Amino acid sequence: MILQKKPESRLMQGNEACAEGAIAAGANFYAGYPITPSTEIAEIAARRLPETGGRFIQMEDEIGGMAAVIGAAIGGAKAFTATSGPGFSLKQENIGYAIMAEIPCVIVNVQRLGPSTGVATAPAQGDVMQARWGTHGDHPVIAFSPSSVRETFDLTVKAFNLSEKLRQPVIILLDEIVGHMRENIIVPAPESLEIVNRERPADGVDYKPYADDREVSPLASFGDGHFFNITGLFHDEQGFPTTDPIRVKNQLLRLHQKVENHRDEIIITEEFGTEDAVLTVVCYGCSARSARQAVKLAREEGLPVGFFRTATIWPFPYEKIAALTRSARTLLVPEMNMGQLIAEVERAVKGRAEVAGANRFDGELITPQEILVRIKELI
Amino acid sequence: MGLTYRDYLREELFPQMWCAGCSHGISLTAVARAMAALKLDPAETVVVTGIGCWGKADDYFKTHSFHGTHGRALSFATGIKVANPRLKVLVLMGDGDGVTIGGNHFIHTARRNIDVTAVITNNFNYGMTGGQYSSSSPEGTISTTSLYGTAEPGFDICELARAAGATYVARTTPYHVTQMDKLLAEAIQHKGFSVVEIISSCPTFFARYNYKVTAVEMMRLFKERAVDRERYDALTAAEKAGCFLTGRLHREEKEDFHTKYARLQQQAKARAEREVV
Repeated sequence: MILQKKPESRLMQGNEACAEGAIAAGANFYAGYPITPSTEIAEIAARRLPETGGRFIQMEDEIGGMAAVIGAAIGGAKAFTATSGPGFSLKQENIGYAIMAEIPCVIVNVQRLGPSTGVATAPAQGDVMQARWGTHGDHPVIAFSPSSVRETFDLTVKAFNLSEKLRQPVIILLDEIVGHMRENIIVPAPESLEIVNRERPADGVDYKPYADDREVSPLASFGDGHFFNITGLFHDEQGFPTTDPIRVKNQLLRLHQKVENHRDEIIITEEFGTEDAVLTVVCYGCSARSARQAVKLAREEGLPVGFFRTATIWPFPYEKIAALTRSARTLLVPEMNMGQLIAEVERAVKGRAEVAGANRFDGELITPQEILVRIKELI
Repeated sequence: MGLTYRDYLREELFPQMWCAGCSHGISLTAVARAMAALKLDPAETVVVTGIGCWGKADDYFKTHSFHGTHGRALSFATGIKVANPRLKVLVLMGDGDGVTIGGNHFIHTARRNIDVTAVITNNFNYGMTGGQYSSSSPEGTISTTSLYGTAEPGFDICELARAAGATYVARTTPYHVTQMDKLLAEAIQHKGFSVVEIISSCPTFFARYNYKVTAVEMMRLFKERAVDRERYDALTAAEKAGCFLTGRLHREEKEDFHTKYARLQQQAKARAEREVV
């Protein structure tokens, strides 16, 4: 393989763009367990990380993979893991741990058709709610769902940046289509990327990893000379366990607020034709590609149809969706599941518009024609 | 540095949270004494625990401390050690964390020869949840989930460790404190995956249900039933079943994961540099 130092146009797979985006963001540790259709990410990490001074370890299962990522992150690494539905299920307990202990890391889930083993090689968008509520308890979540190879690269960089800034695990919900699709992309030059590294405490300060008066505290690594505890229990400012109801409540509120306070920075959407649309298609991930084409075809026929895509699944862009109803009386939500994000759209519009789905869940990509038929039925 | 074992402990949190008569306090101070004997730098030392009675031990150390999820302590420790091989990592687990819910991680950490030390207190049951049987409970164990005795044999933790590839394996009891100190120090110094099993008393549950004795009588039992290799080998199979084989049971010099990986990393870097045009 010939490595180019200059930005170049490259034919790249979504999974490859994810791995390269991670490395560009400064990732230097990967732990995971192979699973279709995410395995290329592990393979690329296994080859590229040692070349760049990083480390890769293939663990005995996804649970161990998630635990090793968390351990590495507190050891000072920028760490990530990749998996698919069944493995994502196994990682959930430790994802909750990372949220609770505020450990920065990135988890990639290349969705495949479930439930259970499902169709291992077929695409789906069935893990939207697992990403939101897969781990137990109330917890904030950040999850992106890219629709193209280039966007996968960009959102992976952003995922690392946000996780470092907010000390919050960030989930990338890819799907088999985007993960395995090849597109020609311009890989951004490393110097053009904004890279965020976690704030570290100064030497000799009285360090509190969970200070009450800060939204996000600096994070020392083990070996940095600061002593503190890391636990999945509710904890005090030094990280030691507490059951004090006031501390418990305030900690949970702060975890949520640190994400809520950065909604504008986290939420990425695009739209066209929505200002005078009678019907707007609300979409994300792979099905947004078909939706875009369907909207284009409808508009060519003179139909007043708008397009709204969100690249950020969680937190959900409720306000922006609600704003769509100023013009549209119908919102159509195409999804490759039996209807998951549609319920959030309904929550957003509060009955001010009709909300309908266009769903496919047989392991085949939903087509522009199928969405166009639904548009014509509903408009 | 002139540190004593007390410098490694957060004594302000004492008395410890464990039941009266529990042997975990003896094990806790033995770990701290081993740290002091080896003059470990607290700033370069990490104590990792899982969940359970012994899983609360991390609270008491003045080193870096990490209290993970149930059974995954060795996986967290693997990440910590692989990301920063400079750190000295001790993993404190019970028989539940170590070889039951965490059994898979245990054998694979041993196989990889990750350079961390596992200190497994084996009290043959789940104390924290009220005395249920674990994978180390001997066959016939009475517990709150086996009122008629268990129908499954228990793991021999040391045999399991050795078979899976651990390069240092030892067993001791809370009665044999001098031996415990020595074995812990040896294990921590050992390069590679080291395991020290501490046969432990749970006077609240296991001892009460099975031996039907007090905490003091448990100590007498440890004294009488612990035998070294030489004496153990001379026993009949029936006699062996009632005894604890103690002492250093296995030690071998074998390159650890981190040393091997560092070499592979150098090769990968060199190859990448050659290929850049």
